[in-house]
Amino acid sequence: MSDDDAPIRVVLAKLGLDGHDRGIKVVARMLRDAGMEVIYLGLRQTTDSIVAAVEQEDADAIGLSMHNAGHLTLGPAMLAALDAADLDIPLIIGGIVPDPDLPILEAAGVAAVLGPGASSEEVVRTVRRVVKPA
Amino acid sequence: MSIRDLSVDELVARAVESDRRAVGRLLSIVERGGEAADHLAECLQQVPTDGHVIGITGSPGAGKSTMGAHLVAAFTAAGRTPAVLAVDPSSPLTGGAILGDRVRMAAVDTTAFIRSVATRGHAGGLALAIPGGARLLAAAGFDPVIIETVGVGQVEVDITAAADTTVVVVAPGMGDAVQANKAGLLEVADIFVVNKADLPGANDARRDLELMLELSHVTGQEDSSHRPPIVMVNSLEGDGIAAVHEAVDAHHVHLIESGNWPPAGAPVFATSSAAAPNSRSTYSSRRNSAMTPLSPSSMQSSPATSHLRRPPASCGSLAGHERHLSSLRRP
Repeated sequence: MSDDDAPIRVVLAKLGLDGHDRGIKVVARMLRDAGMEVIYLGLRQTTDSIVAAVEQEDADAIGLSMHNAGHLTLGPAMLAALDAADLDIPLIIGGIVPDPDLPILEAAGVAAVLGPGASSEEVVRTVRRVVKPA
Repeated sequence: MSIRDLSVDELVARAVESDRRAVGRLLSIVERGGEAADHLAECLQQVPTDGHVIGITGSPGAGKSTMGAHLVAAFTAAGRTPAVLAVDPSSPLTGGAILGDRVRMAAVDTTAFIRSVATRGHAGGLALAIPGGARLLAAAGFDPVIIETVGVGQVEVDITAAADTTVVVVAPGMGDAVQANKAGLLEVADIFVVNKADLPGANDARRDLELMLELSHVTGQEDSSHRPPIVMVNSLEGDGIAAVHEAVDAHHVHLIESGNWPPAGAPVFATSSAAAPNSRSTYSSRRNSAMTPLSPSSMQSSPATSHLRRPPASCGSLAGHERHLSSLRRP
C-alpha cells in the first residue's frame, strides 16, 4: 500500500503549438516499458490543461517536449502556473535545448533537461531521480 | 503543505466539497488499496450519494472514448458535472501503461474531471479500483460518473456490476447475425450505440442487433419493461449524441420508476482481490435481486437514509456535510 509499490505516474504533453510529437511518443514508450504509468495528453496543451491533468491524475512528474525553441518562454510559464496552483511537482523538459540555456532553465526551477540522444536508461533514471518520495 | 501530507480524513473533508486535487489524491489511495483505502471506504459509506454511474464498453477501436467525450460534453451542456474514469490496459510484462484517453476526451470537454486508470493486472475490462473510484467521485458530487472500460472482447462484463446503465458501443463490420447472438457482452447492454454509422454496414449491424433483441423476446430472456434502444451515432460529427444522452437519462428514469434505484449492489468498495469486480453480482442476479423500492419523491427525504447524515465517529472531519441528499440531481 505504500507509495513505493505504486507505479510512478508521469504526465507527458506538448505545450503550445509545437507539433513535433515523434520524440515524446518514444519517451512515453520508454517509460511504459520501465513500468511507469504515462498519462499522455498529446498536442496543443495549455498550462491550464496540464495543471488540471496533474491534479486529476495525481501525477508524480511532468514531461514537456519542446522542439521549437520555446523552452525559455514555455518552461518558466509552466513553472509559474504550477506555483500559482500550489503544485509541488518536478518538471522535466525534453527536446532541443542549446547548452547555454541549460543553467537558465535550471535556475528557473526545471528539474531536468533531456536532449536528443538520451538513452532509454538515462530517461528512466532521470524520472526516477526527480520524483520525490511521497 | 503538500496535498500528499494530508490524512485520509482531511482529504475526504476536502473531496466532499469538490476539491479536485483531494479527489485526485484519494483516487490514488483507492488504487493502492490497503488500510488507507479501507478507512476511506468506511468514511465514504457515511456519505449518501445519488450519482448515476454509466458504463461505456465495446471492442477496441469501436469509438468508446470519442463517443464518451461527446456524451460528457452533452451532460456538461445540460448543467450536470460529469466525471470520467477511463481505463486502459497495463502491460502484462512490465506493469507500465500508456493512458491515452485524455487525448480525445479533454479535447472535447475541458471542464469534466477525468482520471486515467490502468488495469494493474486485473482482467474483466476494469481495474480493481473502479467501483471504489466511482463511489468516491459520486461522494464528491460528480454526476454522472462515466466509466469507460478497456477495449473488450466478448466476455469482459465486469462493467455491468459497477454501472447502473451499461452502454455497449459497436462498429459496423464486426460480425454477422450469428455473432450478434453469441452469449456475452451483447446480452448485458441497457443501450446499444452503433458508432461510425456513416460507414457501410451500419444498417446491417443495427438489423443484427434488432434480430438478437427479438429472439430475447421469444425466449423470454428480455426485461419486458426495458428493451435496449439502438442508437445510430457518428461520433466524429457528433451526430446522434443527443439521442444517446436521452437514452441514458431515460434508462435512469426507468431504474427509478421500476423501483431499482438506488441500485442494490451500488458501488461497493473493492480494495482486495477477494472483492474483485468479477466476483460480484452478475447482470442477471443484479436485475433479479430484491431491491429496496424507492419512488423518486421518497428519495428526497428518505427516512431509510437519513441516519447516514450523522457524522461517523471515525471520520470526524465529515461533520456538517449534509448537502448530498438535499441537492439530488434528477435527469
